[in-house]
Amino acid sequence: MPLFAFNRKLASFLLLFLGAQAAIAQTPPPATDEPELVEFDTAKTRSIAIPALVAPSPVDTPAGNSGALGRQIAEVISSNLRASGVFETQGPNGLRMIGLPEVTAPQFGYWKARPVEQLVQGFVRVGGDGNLTVGCYLYDVGFGSETTRLGFNVPPREWRRAAHKCADAIYARLTGELPFFDSRIAYIAESGPKNKRIKRLAIMDSDGANHRFITNGQSTALTPRFSPNYKSILYLSYVDGNPRIYVYDIDAGRQRLITQSNSPTFAPRWSPDGQTILYSMAVSGNTDVYKISASGNGTPVKLTSSPGIDVGGSFSPDGRQIVFESDRSGSQQIYVMNADGSNQRRISFGGGRYATPEWSPRADLIAFTRIAGDFRVGTMRPDGSGERLLTNSWQDEAPTWAPNGRVIQFFRTAKGSGKTSIWQVDLTGSNERRLPTPIDGSDPAWGPVLP
Amino acid sequence: MKKNTIKMAALLLVSTAFVAGCGTKKVDTLPPAAEGTDYGQTPTMDPNSGAGQIMPGSQEDFLQQVGQYGDRILFETDRFNIDAEDQATLQRQAQWLAQYPGTRITVEGHADERGTRDYNLALGERRANSAKNFLVSIGVDAGRIQTVSYGKERPSALGSDEQAWAQNRRAVTVTVR
Repeated sequence: MPLFAFNRKLASFLLLFLGAQAAIAQTPPPATDEPELVEFDTAKTRSIAIPALVAPSPVDTPAGNSGALGRQIAEVISSNLRASGVFETQGPNGLRMIGLPEVTAPQFGYWKARPVEQLVQGFVRVGGDGNLTVGCYLYDVGFGSETTRLGFNVPPREWRRAAHKCADAIYARLTGELPFFDSRIAYIAESGPKNKRIKRLAIMDSDGANHRFITNGQSTALTPRFSPNYKSILYLSYVDGNPRIYVYDIDAGRQRLITQSNSPTFAPRWSPDGQTILYSMAVSGNTDVYKISASGNGTPVKLTSSPGIDVGGSFSPDGRQIVFESDRSGSQQIYVMNADGSNQRRISFGGGRYATPEWSPRADLIAFTRIAGDFRVGTMRPDGSGERLLTNSWQDEAPTWAPNGRVIQFFRTAKGSGKTSIWQVDLTGSNERRLPTPIDGSDPAWGPVLP
Repeated sequence: MKKNTIKMAALLLVSTAFVAGCGTKKVDTLPPAAEGTDYGQTPTMDPNSGAGQIMPGSQEDFLQQVGQYGDRILFETDRFNIDAEDQATLQRQAQWLAQYPGTRITVEGHADERGTRDYNLALGERRANSAKNFLVSIGVDAGRIQTVSYGKERPSALGSDEQAWAQNRRAVTVTVR
């Protein structure tokens, strides 16, 4: 929390430095009861210029010279905003350097003569404690006015988070949507031949940076899920030869079984408050959905009991309902139930099979994999209406929601080779792009926005 | 031991009569050799014997006795039922197991790549259990049989076509030392 608190010291610094009242731009987006999507008009993307952040009296930090960091932060802001698909951006390369006084007094005349609608300027200072103070300002070039400003205090090694927070504030301000860049992804890094795939648990920032392997690949790891507080990861491991769910404590580097069982456990999920774990267990070949306290001392509660495969599941953001898949009708379909297992009802009727439902953090939509020949990722409302498919490839699987419920990541398997990659798409089905991962990747799971 | 074998033979006779006339699987080609499918299996040779000699009761002996592809049964898409061909295969396995009552087995259940990951784990477990249940029904002690599902994680055939998928929807019996 102190990491990004817009603390008093920083506020007074900005007041002094800018002669203006500092404000945090965390304007909540307008509430909407309209479940239909906001259509981003991609033909009218808005162009944003982001010159390098100014480093008055540059000094070396453990993360490099603060002058270089100013440029790198501008590059990350630019690539975050561009990857959202909503904006065209012009990063620091190709833009002129600005001076410190210009940060708060932009040369609007200069920018008006260029195809630029929005301007992002800022500074990086290194404090006596060695931490960075990053100031970030958004200007409307047409109006010649400031739209928002904000500041962050971070250790140098976390400079990217300052860039993400700045990009998030700009994105939220200009689109009216909630932020999502400052978040992390857990996924499975894959390598090796198709019949002896090495699958390792790995984590990274939402843009693929700060990549880290968690497991070494000696035993197959599958289907990770970050806890809402990012302190632990649920995932499936074959470490004892059998598929079992473990909860891995990131700081301690230790893991434990979520439940002692002689039966395979798989498909782990967190409740939104992190207090409950949802999982599937096969007993004598019959798979059902269970829940158990995340504390490690509870008894499992069985939520489904139909003969057949009831599997997966995802809580609604209020924690009161669960969407899951079941083949009780004869093929995989999507069902919704109350969190206690009551009132189970099918919601997918579009033809073909439906799998891997994931409830949007905004509650308005459920993402799924539809299997009708090829595998495609799509969304529907929680009552099953309004289905739309977002991707069209041979095998796209396992959607996971950005924390703002406006972007989806999933993984794509190549026909033949079995090679996998992680992709991102927005809710209109546009702006599909591949996430950079050091090796192949599958089973992405997006965590919430960092505090 | 002897009694068991006779009992088994009688059972086999009955079941074979029962299954006669049932349909066969729609698999054009036979699956590939067992090598590369059984994870963690190392050849169990008698160190005192000459190279190539198979130790009775070993995994190699099992593979030789049950015949080519006799260690596995195949399934239709999304299915887990044991058909006539599967029954014959499992009966041969049971016969071998009756000869080596101290040997335990793991039945590995698999699915093809054209299913989602979690569902395929459940489906693989279902298939392994089908094989186990049939083996138990013809006299193999349930305590000797473990199951494990690999879902779509361990394909036997590497292609992305109907033929490969047919070979990958399988339950494979592996002996445990």
